[in-house]
Amino acid sequence: MSTPIIELKGVSKRFSKKLDFAGKLAQKLGVPVKEETVHAVDEVSLTVNKGEVVGLVGESGCGKSTLGRMVAGIMPATSGEIRWHGRELGSLSGADARQAQLQTQMIFQNPYASLNPRMRVADIVGEAPLVHGLTRRGEYDTYVDDQLRRAGLDPSLKRRYPHQFSGGQRQRIGIARALAVQPEFIVCDEAVAALDVSIQAQILNLFLDLRRELNLTYLFISHDLGVVEHLSDRVVIMYLGRVVEEAAAEEVFRNANHPYTQALLDEVPRIEVRKKHFAGIKGEIPSPLNPPSGCHFHPRCPHAFDRCKIERPALREIAPGHRSACHLNDRS
Amino acid sequence: MAQTPTANDASPVLEVRDLQTHFFTRAGVVKAVDGVSFTVRRGKVLGLVGESGSGKTVTGFSILGLVDAPGRIAGGSILFHGQDLAKLSEEEMRQLRGNRIAMIFQDPMMTLNPVLRIDTQMIETVQAHAKVSREEARQRARDTLGMVGIPSPEERLKAYPHQFSGGMRQRVAIAIALLHRPELIVADEPTTALDVTIQAQILAEVQKLCAQTGTAMIWITHDLSVVAGLADDLAVMYAGRVVERGPVSETLDAPLHPYTAGLIGSVPSRNKRGEPLRQIPGMTPSLLNLPGGCAFRTRCPKAQEKCRQDPPFGELLPGREARCFFPYNVPAGEAAA
Repeated sequence: MSTPIIELKGVSKRFSKKLDFAGKLAQKLGVPVKEETVHAVDEVSLTVNKGEVVGLVGESGCGKSTLGRMVAGIMPATSGEIRWHGRELGSLSGADARQAQLQTQMIFQNPYASLNPRMRVADIVGEAPLVHGLTRRGEYDTYVDDQLRRAGLDPSLKRRYPHQFSGGQRQRIGIARALAVQPEFIVCDEAVAALDVSIQAQILNLFLDLRRELNLTYLFISHDLGVVEHLSDRVVIMYLGRVVEEAAAEEVFRNANHPYTQALLDEVPRIEVRKKHFAGIKGEIPSPLNPPSGCHFHPRCPHAFDRCKIERPALREIAPGHRSACHLNDRS
Repeated sequence: MAQTPTANDASPVLEVRDLQTHFFTRAGVVKAVDGVSFTVRRGKVLGLVGESGSGKTVTGFSILGLVDAPGRIAGGSILFHGQDLAKLSEEEMRQLRGNRIAMIFQDPMMTLNPVLRIDTQMIETVQAHAKVSREEARQRARDTLGMVGIPSPEERLKAYPHQFSGGMRQRVAIAIALLHRPELIVADEPTTALDVTIQAQILAEVQKLCAQTGTAMIWITHDLSVVAGLADDLAVMYAGRVVERGPVSETLDAPLHPYTAGLIGSVPSRNKRGEPLRQIPGMTPSLLNLPGGCAFRTRCPKAQEKCRQDPPFGELLPGREARCFFPYNVPAGEAAA
């Protein structure tokens, strides 16, 4: 197999709140005050191969956006290794580093906040390729027109500002901007979450078309299992900073192993299911400031036993290409 | 307020007839709601579905009498047990609101005051409509919190809204709506901002409550999948009008209006993996600049010359109405109406 585009090995991201003056003083005086640390991403390993669509699913606060940002290279990891085409991302320098950054682009959730309101659409889309020498002044206009057309926008609107567009059109501008630098890998962070159903379908179709046309690779981050099921080849489920399950899309949706995945799949409202009896997993998503010991899911898990409270389950292969982090797999 | 709900389960709690809510702006009259009709029965859930700007929230606000200037109800009637809410004075409306009709908003912080403790707010709500002592009101507040599934309600009463998580806050908002055991609840996208597992918990509570108390509910949402699992009846809105109405199952299995069919086709889970979704071309038109006749005709695959006229809203199949000249799933013989 060829080298994967992106390979993460035991990557963690911690955010800590520095002690303020009163805190430091109290510490000096011997009061046990500690810095608060959030393990947003906790030793995650992830591989994305060329031409693949990987869906990353989880509820709010599970660290999926943080992971996406680290993969896209706009946020450094606290520890662990991120390899781009087999080379450590931090060790790249100069032209290589720039190449790595250009080849990985990101599309954001909020089409209102991710576009500069003071720039015309033509400049939003065209600035980066011009700076990076992908186009010249003479060809600039045609280049921008092509990019807009590819994203399904009318090039005659390129002198307008973002506020003159609807949400779906703005998302198309964001897509045109990401594709303008000819990337091979796109990280979509909840790229369709803010859109209406009919517009969402248009954008998802655009993603599929572009994938075929340009041989793109996607990391598709979403909380919407329906969207992920439709789009992805492989699905990764996260809970509170950790990957709990990973497998081919059909396998996850047909044969979920982790109790959290099973519960999540049970509770997704589906249009085929009428007059459903909703049950709900017990309890709330715990605070990442103070996660439960052992398996993070154990306080809400219907199958939890003693070991789950003490020991962190490892992500192990339970079938070819299917990995899950649950102690139950050792019992049977 | 002489009328009491009858024992008959099928009695309509609310009948909206040809409701029109218009906003008189400088740019012109925006017909946010332009001819909406539906009925909600005791103990039943009506799903009011539409995309942003289709007028579903304004419909909800109109029922509660919460439409502010420059908007006002320009026509039609909202019959609550036969009494027209559109004709009530502000004071009479105030007597009903929060008492016999309640609303749950998408953002629970719209209901909750951030600087007051939960008990203060709930006791105030109880005492606004019922002559009870503070202690009794407090007890009622505590019981209601327990009913919506908030653990240790006694302690949680003393908390401030910011000390609750999003899902818990929405439960508090629902509890406040339930304090007076209303006959009708208008819920405007109450679970849209919540995570899947938390959404399921809230939906479970709502289902239980409707069955237990016989409360009728209007569930406003853009998510067809939620409605499929929760509602009894469905009303689909497009550009300020109800374009289709009927029982949930039949409507989702065999939609009449091309817009409903388009919406259902756009939901990813219905389609085969990796295949293009059946999308609706174009986008929602501006309400200031609607195409004449059927507002959907510019995006409709079945549109013909006749669609330049206004299609009537009529019963095309037993119990099912749609606003369309060329509906799907209607046998040729029955289309005569």
